[in-house]
Amino acid sequence: MSSSYERIFDIPIGPQHPALKEPAMLKLKVDGEHVVGVDLDVSYNHRGIEKAAEYRTYIQNLYLIERICGICNVAQTLTYCLAVEYLHGKEIPPRARFLRVLAEEISRINSHLLWLGVAAHEIGFDTFFMHVWLDREITLGLMEALSGNRITSSYNVIGGVRRDVTEGLLSTIRKGLDELEPRVKRYREIVLNDRSILKRTQGVGILRSADAVSTSAVGPTLRASGIKSDVRIDDPYSSHDQIPFNVITADGCDAHSRILVRLDEIMESVQICRHCISKLPAGPILQRLPRRPPQGEAMSRVEAPRGELFHYISSDGTDKPYRLKVSTPTLANLPALVRMLTSKGRYVVNIADVPVILASIDPCFSCAARVERSGGA
Amino acid sequence: MGIVEWAFRKSPWILHFNTGSCNGCDIEIFATLTPKYDMERLGALLKGSPRHADLLVVSGPVTRQASGRILRIYEQMPDPKKVVAVGTCCISGGVFSNGGKGSCYNVYPGLDSIVPVDAYVPGCPPKPEAILEGISRVVKKTGVDPK
Repeated sequence: MSSSYERIFDIPIGPQHPALKEPAMLKLKVDGEHVVGVDLDVSYNHRGIEKAAEYRTYIQNLYLIERICGICNVAQTLTYCLAVEYLHGKEIPPRARFLRVLAEEISRINSHLLWLGVAAHEIGFDTFFMHVWLDREITLGLMEALSGNRITSSYNVIGGVRRDVTEGLLSTIRKGLDELEPRVKRYREIVLNDRSILKRTQGVGILRSADAVSTSAVGPTLRASGIKSDVRIDDPYSSHDQIPFNVITADGCDAHSRILVRLDEIMESVQICRHCISKLPAGPILQRLPRRPPQGEAMSRVEAPRGELFHYISSDGTDKPYRLKVSTPTLANLPALVRMLTSKGRYVVNIADVPVILASIDPCFSCAARVERSGGA
Repeated sequence: MGIVEWAFRKSPWILHFNTGSCNGCDIEIFATLTPKYDMERLGALLKGSPRHADLLVVSGPVTRQASGRILRIYEQMPDPKKVVAVGTCCISGGVFSNGGKGSCYNVYPGLDSIVPVDAYVPGCPPKPEAILEGISRVVKKTGVDPK
């Protein structure tokens, strides 16, 4: 029977919604329970950082860039500092390089644990969320001990790092890692065996390897589709070429694999931190660089917790950048997200699975909001 | 103190809205709700709907896109309602607004240019202890005649 009313409905979610921690607008096109299309607006966080960066000096920009994203701020400042150092054509001291790796990996552990809690919250497993976030406080304590602040660390500066470490501090970090490791192992067991987690995540948000490549997915989202790609191995920066570690992949291509990839990455990061502490070279932590870099262009990329982070700086020889361009992992993962959220053939997306799929790419819309959509609000 | 104020003081339900924050303050607000700091012991509970909320906790610089939304959310909340601005960006625009050239073009100079604010919690991001202090002060103030 053909009817006069529409079969397909729009369901708006956001910008203020219990399932979202950040303002974003999803317009789902649904046919009954099945999502058949999605329209994503992530511009609520757009602040205009790239333009503001052109009016500030390289040193002032450090503190602006850090606030693109509060969770992966270490990766943001690291990418920016690397780009400015490439402009100068200077290497930084080996001790600073190792300390940068240490800060980066602690922040990766923190970000992945935070995400694990949020993912548990999205599938309605709030007890797990509370447990994970309690253990996340250990890494925040380590970050505070290392840099002086829990979240916004300002640890990387142009030419090195801001603070040196003492023997006492290193043993504190070692103790914190020892405390964290068995907890993460326990969480891995829970994720592998708990029936409610398995039912909500296995076979949900499928992204096949070919789709992951064709939509240019990055980071754990790509690695959970079985593709071995990590900037730390492919294009080593800091001291990652001197540190042995494995690139974690999984073949499930679903939300469950993405949880496992991130949990295993935490274990790898713990090992990297231990290696940094044991092999930390002596020497200075800062190579002073002039305020004005020479004229030219520089690009840098870093494996942020969510994937490949890319910065481009164009310098005209003054103390302010002529142009700064930031390309963040969440932005790169959005096409893959749209693919995951759209039913196609035998692959069916239910409305109830939308928060899990959305969380599975670890979205950070404050990173992704590089453009403003007109006619919004 | 009427029954409404009494009820408010015993169970300030919270609505959190991110107006363009970098996530630093948001995760600290969530950390305040988790076991180490445990805001729920004050009777506070995170709610999803503005119509259930007594306290609006806002983080982040107010962007042009989000400014209409924050006003709508504020108007949807039932009286008595209080607003807590968490973080320097929310209070004044912070690093995104240095007054004049170099300010971000899409950022308002503070939440109080949009809605009235009852408590300011400075910091970038403020520690969970500070957020707890800010919220408990607002709750204590409710029902007490300011004159």
